[in-house]
Amino acid sequence: MEVPILKQGAFLIATFQAALSDADLNQLRMGLVQQVVKFRSRAVIVDVTAMDVMDSFASRTLREIAHMIRLRGAETVIVGIQPEVAFAMVQLGLTLEGVATALDLEEGLAYLNERFRITK
Amino acid sequence: MAKRDNTSTDIELKRTEEPSELLRELVAHLRQNRTQLREEWVVRISETRLLTAMTKEEIFAEATSVYDSYVEALETEAFEALQAYARNLSERIIPRGVETHEVVGIVLLLRDVLARSLFAKYQTDFKKLNRILDAYEPAANRIANTVAVGFVQERERVIRQQQEAIRELSTPVLQVRERLLILPIIGVIDPQRARQLTEQLLRGIRTNRAKVVVIDITGVAAMDVTVANHLVQTVEASRLLGATVIVTGLSPEIAQTLVTIGVDLGKMNTVGDLQGGIEQAERLLGYKVASITEPN
Amino acid sequence: MSVGEIRVEINSDQDIVIARQKGRVMAGELGFSSGDATLIATAISELARNIVSYARTGQIKLKGIHGSSRSGILVIASDDGPGIIDIRQALRDGFSTSGSLGLGLPGVRRLMDEFEINSQPGKGTMVAVKKWRQ
Repeated sequence: MEVPILKQGAFLIATFQAALSDADLNQLRMGLVQQVVKFRSRAVIVDVTAMDVMDSFASRTLREIAHMIRLRGAETVIVGIQPEVAFAMVQLGLTLEGVATALDLEEGLAYLNERFRITK
Repeated sequence: MAKRDNTSTDIELKRTEEPSELLRELVAHLRQNRTQLREEWVVRISETRLLTAMTKEEIFAEATSVYDSYVEALETEAFEALQAYARNLSERIIPRGVETHEVVGIVLLLRDVLARSLFAKYQTDFKKLNRILDAYEPAANRIANTVAVGFVQERERVIRQQQEAIRELSTPVLQVRERLLILPIIGVIDPQRARQLTEQLLRGIRTNRAKVVVIDITGVAAMDVTVANHLVQTVEASRLLGATVIVTGLSPEIAQTLVTIGVDLGKMNTVGDLQGGIEQAERLLGYKVASITEPN
Repeated sequence: MSVGEIRVEINSDQDIVIARQKGRVMAGELGFSSGDATLIATAISELARNIVSYARTGQIKLKGIHGSSRSGILVIASDDGPGIIDIRQALRDGFSTSGSLGLGLPGVRRLMDEFEINSQPGKGTMVAVKKWRQ
């Protein structure tokens, strides 16, 4: 399953679908980092609104994406985690520590705009 | 030869008096003496001061229907009907404040009143009385059991429903201003309430697009490790939705407990009281707090 | 209300997605709230993932259960893989032998109401979990 990656100015936006397999997630991880390098993006928004289950693998992949992108000097924001999914995640002990989160795409963009306006 | 004959009549006699046959006989007896036995029962109920929440007329009306259902259950041994009746009865009398011991009490009284009338009827034939009681007792006990269990289940259902309603009322998620929610928690938190509270808060964050949440636990008397972990989870789940949580009103005792049992308070953003919590929330939201001493 | 039994063969990571989707649908049919259905689907995902990571192949069985006063769902994950040598350790948070986060089993235990595990080194693993409707 292809994950669409949109370029929006200095940001990249990746939108996850509901039924991503491990292979899809791995592919996405590589794809995103390559695009960040290619477009010299300052930040990536990963939109997980459509995901109805976030298990340990998906959660770990998101953290790894965020860490790899940070190594490229850019930032990651995870947006759109559903309330029920968030509840299940914390039960599993998956808290995405150290990764920025926002309610939805709009909030994620607002957060990044604010951040980059302040730092520069 | 003669001996043999004797044995065969004995067997025949037993065959004609199978338990179901005996039950039929005693059901007929109970039907015949319905008015008198029922009256006796009602007298015993008021003597023992049961069902005090109900009037004499009400007791009589209920006694009549219980008596008839009782005899019917003895006759048909159809306990589903009795179960349904017990549920129905409980639904009617629970709101009147009838207690479990009263329901069990009146059914046991009826059992005894009926048993006594059997004693009186068969007092001259001890063997027959024994066989009648052999048939009566297990059935009567099963009836008492069915009614008691039915009552208790109905009571539990009512209690669950009320708890549910109280929980809903006791966890309000308040929006104080745009993007700021306050969740004042009062009373005892059990794991079930903790979960409901979290779910309600997460939904509230989403619908109100909240960025900051103040959870005030001034009204929480005690906190054990399970509840403390729930609180930590609530904070973490809120963050996954992009909201920051500030916990206020943590009493020194609770703080002490949390530290002792090893709850990681470092994950929690705590402020002394609700007022201070709201002020910090407003700073986080980018509002200027009017304070003369604050340099800017 | 005749929700039968569903079996999902787990042979690859694709099957993890299939198993949890079927679990969510079944949980809905059994009358679980969508919040609970999410917890159940997440638990199934973890169990199926353990099969793929440790045993490569196995099976997930989903079944509606009806007690005297409540009903719920039973999920059984079984495989003929290497088994778990120290179950006690595997149930402790933070333990893993395959480089994953190692939160799988204790997490699944928290997501569900009842948890049972049977495993023998060399003979495979069976995990049975239940969740009751609130």
